[in-house]
Amino acid sequence: MNLVVLMRMVPDVVEELEIASDQKSLDPEALRLIVSESDDHALEEALLLKERCGGGVTVVAPEAPEVADLLYTAAAKGADRVIQLRGIEPGLGVAAMAEACAAALSAIPGLLPADLVLTGTQSIEDLDGLVAPLVARRLGWPYLGVVTGVSDVSNGTVTVIKEFQAGYRGEFQVSLPAVLGVQAAEKPPRYVPVAKVRAAMKATRIEEFEAPQPVPEPLQDVAIVALAKPEAAGHAEMLEGSVEDVAGKLCELLAERGLL
Amino acid sequence: MAGNIWVVADQWQGRLTDITFEALALGREVADALQVPLEAVLLGNGCASLAEELGCADTVICAEHPALAEPVPETHARAVAELAQQRQPRAILIPATNTNWGANTLLAALLDVPGVNFAVDLKAVDGALEARCVLYGGKIEVRVQPRKEPAVIGLWPGARPADQGRSQRKPSVEQASVSLAAEPKVRLKRYIEPEAGEVDLTRQDILVAVGRGIQSKDNLELAEELAQVLGGEICGSRPVVDQGWLPLSRQIGKSGLTVKPKLYLALGISGAPEHVEGMKDSALIVAVNTDPHAPIFNIAHYGVVADALELAPALTEAVRARKG
Repeated sequence: MNLVVLMRMVPDVVEELEIASDQKSLDPEALRLIVSESDDHALEEALLLKERCGGGVTVVAPEAPEVADLLYTAAAKGADRVIQLRGIEPGLGVAAMAEACAAALSAIPGLLPADLVLTGTQSIEDLDGLVAPLVARRLGWPYLGVVTGVSDVSNGTVTVIKEFQAGYRGEFQVSLPAVLGVQAAEKPPRYVPVAKVRAAMKATRIEEFEAPQPVPEPLQDVAIVALAKPEAAGHAEMLEGSVEDVAGKLCELLAERGLL
Repeated sequence: MAGNIWVVADQWQGRLTDITFEALALGREVADALQVPLEAVLLGNGCASLAEELGCADTVICAEHPALAEPVPETHARAVAELAQQRQPRAILIPATNTNWGANTLLAALLDVPGVNFAVDLKAVDGALEARCVLYGGKIEVRVQPRKEPAVIGLWPGARPADQGRSQRKPSVEQASVSLAAEPKVRLKRYIEPEAGEVDLTRQDILVAVGRGIQSKDNLELAEELAQVLGGEICGSRPVVDQGWLPLSRQIGKSGLTVKPKLYLALGISGAPEHVEGMKDSALIVAVNTDPHAPIFNIAHYGVVADALELAPALTEAVRARKG
């Protein structure tokens, strides 16, 4: 199978997020970027498919700080080709980025026709759309999201497992080529030791490709009024002290409520 | 009629979901502020009887087609797009559930209009529509104004109480027809029942929930020990299940279970909206997280800024000592 995985870097929300002085974006100086979590699962699902069905995996990622680490790590995990897309502005909102990525997929030599384009089902900054359906729409391919498994590739179709709710899932038949938004791979994303990533850095060439012009302006269809930290309707009563002190206070609380 | 506010009804297993009524409650407010009718869009095949539950809307636009019997987001997006092109609503509110995940994005793309995701509120501000969206795992809110209409608003659970969108009033029902592909490229083959868990977590009084802060599978035993001494069960958030540390049958949140125990002890859970959706109605929520700004503290009753790996064994010992 010819598999393309779209991946990107997003802010690490474990770090404190600072709003820029214009109140309309995050302060890029204060951001630490990491691989979007469900994109990592999309890569894992593609690698599992390659192991089962053969073929190749190409990872495409828009340029961003640390994106080279993402691409070298993908190569160390088993991606055959890694491509950095230049000229796409990272940040809030994805519709323009998805449009530019879809245009690039068609323009990068040797990438299409592909059987599947896989990407994360959502990211933490998908303000104006989701990447998978936008790319599907641009390519004119079918789309399915919240995917947790892909199998039985035959006769131009693939069997896809999608999550619904309350533990229910659905088994779908999807015509190829298609775009899938992956929620979780069938196995947790594989770990690669640093030594293997270093070896990939020596053995792998990151291809660089300029996004086809004109690259759409981000957020051209929605005007940002302001970003803010959420004002909570309520807030927990915070218990302070050493862990032993807090454990004691919690015991009292639970006992008062008849929970011990 | 052009300029109306639409709510697309979400269904699961033949029933309207709570988020449909939440969306109707919000849509009612927006429609009243703009002095336009609120219309509910009901899609399916043999679903017309559900229309009478949508009395919060002035009118129900009911479109039935064999292809709409299957929960395929693309098919539903195409049907709404066809109706919207004919009737030109001002805004289309679509509940963002796994069942129709991506339908709002596809609909916006089909209509070449703005899509807005993860909205928890929508208002008319000086005649313009303004949505409030929750991003970055619940840590940042963004207020946005769509520049073109109809604005397609993907609505997150909890925008309004569901009961506010229920009404005994009988809405007028208008049958509409849509033309859809006879051979869709995405077909549902079968539903897969939930994996049977060894216990029914929805019936437990005490749940000890673990999140990314538990750091590794080896540390699960700290939470298991605490759950055991409290007489409860262990469960977890999405990342813990995706890592394979807990089975899907123990996942709380959007794709998993909704629980309302007497005690929900959240260890190392940040409180992303997807998780909160499944536990926010617990009687007592105690959250432990190293991040003092973690959104979980906004819904917890009691909070502790601490490493769950240190607090869990301390609490286990304290409970043991108290129980003797």
